[in-house]
Amino acid sequence: MAEAVLQTTGLTKSFGALRASEDVSIDLRPGEIHAIIGPNGAGKSTLIAQICGALRPDSGMVRFAGADVTALSVRARARRGLARTFQISALAMDHTVLQNVMLGALGARGRPWHFFAPVLSDRGLRDVAEMALERVGLSDRIATRTAELSHGQRRQLEVAVALTLRPRAFVMDEPMAGLGAGGSKRLTGFLDGLREEAPILLVEHDMDAVFALADRISVLVYGKVIATGTVADIRQSDAVREAYLGEEA
Amino acid sequence: MSREGLVNLAVVLSVVLLPFAAHVMGETYWVTLATRAAILALAGVGLNIALGQGGLVSLGHAVFFGIGGYSMGILAYHAQTYTPLVESLGLPGTNLMPLIWLVAATIAALAALLIGALSLRTSGVYFIMITLAFGQMFYFFALSWPTYGGEDGLSIYVRNRFPGMNTLVPIQFYWIVVAVLLLALLFSDRLERSSFGLALAAARQVPARVEAVGLDPQRLKLVAFVLSAAVTGLAGALFADLNRFVSPTMFSWHTSGEIMVFVIIGGVGRLMGPVVGAVVFVLLEYLLGGISEYWQIAFGILLLLIVLFARGGLIGLIAGRGKAHG
Repeated sequence: MAEAVLQTTGLTKSFGALRASEDVSIDLRPGEIHAIIGPNGAGKSTLIAQICGALRPDSGMVRFAGADVTALSVRARARRGLARTFQISALAMDHTVLQNVMLGALGARGRPWHFFAPVLSDRGLRDVAEMALERVGLSDRIATRTAELSHGQRRQLEVAVALTLRPRAFVMDEPMAGLGAGGSKRLTGFLDGLREEAPILLVEHDMDAVFALADRISVLVYGKVIATGTVADIRQSDAVREAYLGEEA
Repeated sequence: MSREGLVNLAVVLSVVLLPFAAHVMGETYWVTLATRAAILALAGVGLNIALGQGGLVSLGHAVFFGIGGYSMGILAYHAQTYTPLVESLGLPGTNLMPLIWLVAATIAALAALLIGALSLRTSGVYFIMITLAFGQMFYFFALSWPTYGGEDGLSIYVRNRFPGMNTLVPIQFYWIVVAVLLLALLFSDRLERSSFGLALAAARQVPARVEAVGLDPQRLKLVAFVLSAAVTGLAGALFADLNRFVSPTMFSWHTSGEIMVFVIIGGVGRLMGPVVGAVVFVLLEYLLGGISEYWQIAFGILLLLIVLFARGGLIGLIAGRGKAHG
């Protein structure tokens, strides 16, 4: 089995008496989509924050691309190719669609210290950005102000920004949130092909998407991983049924 | 050309042509008023880089304005008294404008690097308060520094030199000031469109995103703060040269407030906002100041109306909402 691209070992994080993460060990292998599911308040956001570097765990380790990154900042992890998308779109609303994606390309290149040359004339950045927009199907929205995009288009734009980061792994925080059935289906199709490029750690509430996409699923309840397995394993697990899927299953 | 482009062009033409017309008609006083407006506009262009592009509400820009003023004052004082600036090195003062500007902008930038590195650890109201506190520190320091006039300030008897120009002729000094202003506007405009400007504007709107693509929003803001201070420092040096006088008032928080208020009235983050704001400020000061010393009440009401009903300032009112480059 290939070595994991991203791996957490025994991540633990408390807020006062609340254990938001307890001994969380998961890994993401090349070419796979690993979905994290769990009820609200299960600690999914806290987990993502520790993986991406916004929160320091109380104990445990995060390894990424062959190195211990536990002590590294969000920026340093991003520069190593950890590409995240935000649950609530974090886009520059005053900027055009193209500018938002070019920021990603600029971040991947580093050194944003050009004070005089127009960034929109930077062919290198622009090509990367336009290609990412074409892949997510936003080519016809290049010059649109981001504030004027529909919710679904903003989700697509989030993914486009992540594509520009020369990703070695994606961490996607509910990319389907708020999408209609059509949009959700289209994005599912897109992510399906994306795993070949870089594996995806997918936190998602949309069970249709999770069951359609995931190679493996981990179930998080009260900060603990109560099960990890294939879609079939998880569907059949009594513990999962009881703790999470409950009446639906 | 966009509507804002046309408005900008109209502003630039007015800035160049109207004072020239006043000069031709022999209205020297109006040329001097225009010079004052252009210098304040330059200070505003500086502030607008931090405030408009970087979203940094600095209530301490008088520090940089004052540093510019005192750079000029101290250098020119040693030049006019033929005393060395630094005794041990025998370093002389100077009355050469370009050299004074270089010193003013550099020291303002260094001060901003220090102040910014400390104050950018905070944000929001705390950032405003810390920049204000630094402003007061410099103000009281200047007030109690007897070598250079203390609270009486420092008079410079002859305006500094610029090669090939007679700076004592009002219109000639105006051309120098306007050339600097236009260069600063060009710089500000290019900055906004550059890769730095893109990243800075993103850091203003969504710092979390900027970090997630691997860039440092704080460092971007610090660099913006330093560039902003350099331009405002340059304006301070010119302001002192206009009045041939420097005093601690340049450091006072009123000065910071005035610059910020006219930038807001003109239009925060709009290229010509500081220019339009400074012109309105100087005009009101002149027209109403003669009637009542409480003329700033009218200015306050204007500010209130702008903040309540026209967030894009006067430029926003005329040219519509800001453009998104695409």
